[in-house]
Amino acid sequence: MAEIATQVEQEKEPLFGKKERKLLIDPINDNNPITVQVLGICSALAVTTLVDKAFVMAIAVTFVTAFSNLAVSFLRKGMPKQIRMIVQLVVVAFLVTVVELVLKAANYPIWKELSVYIGLIITNCIVMGRLEAYAMANKPWRSFLDGVGNGLGYGVILIMVAAVREIFGKGSLAGFKIIGNTPEYLIDSTQNAFFSWYMPNNLMVIPASALFVIGIIIWVQRSKNTKLVDVS
Amino acid sequence: MHSNNYVTIYTVIMTLIVSVVLAVIVSGLKPIHDDNEAVFKKREIFQAVKDYLGADLDKMSDKEVLALFDKNMQQVVIDANGKPVEGVKAENIDMAKEEKKPIADRQYPVFTFVGEKGTYYLVSIRGNGLWDKIWSTIAFQDDFNTIAGVSFGHAAETPGLGAEITDNPSFPKQFQGKTIQDDGQYVSVAVVKGGIKKPSHQVDAITGATITSNGVTEMLERGLKVYLPYFESLKK
Repeated sequence: MAEIATQVEQEKEPLFGKKERKLLIDPINDNNPITVQVLGICSALAVTTLVDKAFVMAIAVTFVTAFSNLAVSFLRKGMPKQIRMIVQLVVVAFLVTVVELVLKAANYPIWKELSVYIGLIITNCIVMGRLEAYAMANKPWRSFLDGVGNGLGYGVILIMVAAVREIFGKGSLAGFKIIGNTPEYLIDSTQNAFFSWYMPNNLMVIPASALFVIGIIIWVQRSKNTKLVDVS
Repeated sequence: MHSNNYVTIYTVIMTLIVSVVLAVIVSGLKPIHDDNEAVFKKREIFQAVKDYLGADLDKMSDKEVLALFDKNMQQVVIDANGKPVEGVKAENIDMAKEEKKPIADRQYPVFTFVGEKGTYYLVSIRGNGLWDKIWSTIAFQDDFNTIAGVSFGHAAETPGLGAEITDNPSFPKQFQGKTIQDDGQYVSVAVVKGGIKKPSHQVDAITGATITSNGVTEMLERGLKVYLPYFESLKK
């Protein structure tokens, strides 16, 4: 019996096998942090007015979830159990501050628009959720992949919502005018765009509309995959 | 369960490592942050005269913005009585800090932009929106009465409503050609709802953003008054 047990333990874990792929892919669809676990809604409402903002936010959150998972997974054995949460928070806060400082140097206007919400990644439930649920009990490499997967799952939904809101709210996508008139139309009526009859819908710019869009995404996802209906 | 000593040492070492690494990053990136902030501020000022720059402001690189600012912007700082103050640069005046001083001690920046199409006088004003501060740069033509261009900024107005003062270019554009004086009397420019009655002193408000619109009116009324004595002295 003892022999078999050691054999199982020694079986080499592949660097990127089926399990690892599942860690990356699952949070993007079947275990999505926003649509299935319904976490991180706050920032999903606030930063999804424009696609480029959502994109930067997605990268920032992916970075933080991935590396905080990695760091906490490395520290998990030596971490004093009494101050477990505090240590996790320090790791997360450290990474968020780094992200904020780097973004401020790399793209000041975007930092100016996002500033508060970059700081608020510290309180994003996805980050703490993954640390507690996964990184505290798993090896560093897998924790890292789990972090990347969850960050991407969050980012995909964020960009989807932002795309819908920007197209219908501003008539543009990532800053490029697609439908409706440009705002200058009110002054210079010779400027016309594709589908010039479309009036941008201001409701889509207001945070409440993000809730509707996320709701519709959840509905579509669950009607396609009925086993998710009773998950949360 | 770990011992108390272990916990204490762990905390101290963790805090030390994190604070040292962050301090290194902050001081390493400080020059870049300062540069970015300066460029951002100068772009915001240029925004008010963007039609007279002879180039597309959005397509200009940071270096070009700084070079144009050094070359074509003259700076004057005035005190609360409209007298020029020596030894202070207008670009270093922070309106947020001035606002906290007593009125008599406040200093105000005036930029003079010498462009190909003429000379423009740019002033900064600051007021209250719905959620937080709003601010604006106003460019006057050399009669010190006609507005040549306006740019707005805000800290936290609602997207799609109050934030339209910056997001929708048609709002600041309305101010072009408005005058702040009527037969020598100061009347400012008002943002009004439901029909403009005095076309040279009024612009259309933003639908659904009454408080932000009123805030703009109040900011213009109170803010531009300060610069009148200085403008009078320049006219002579």
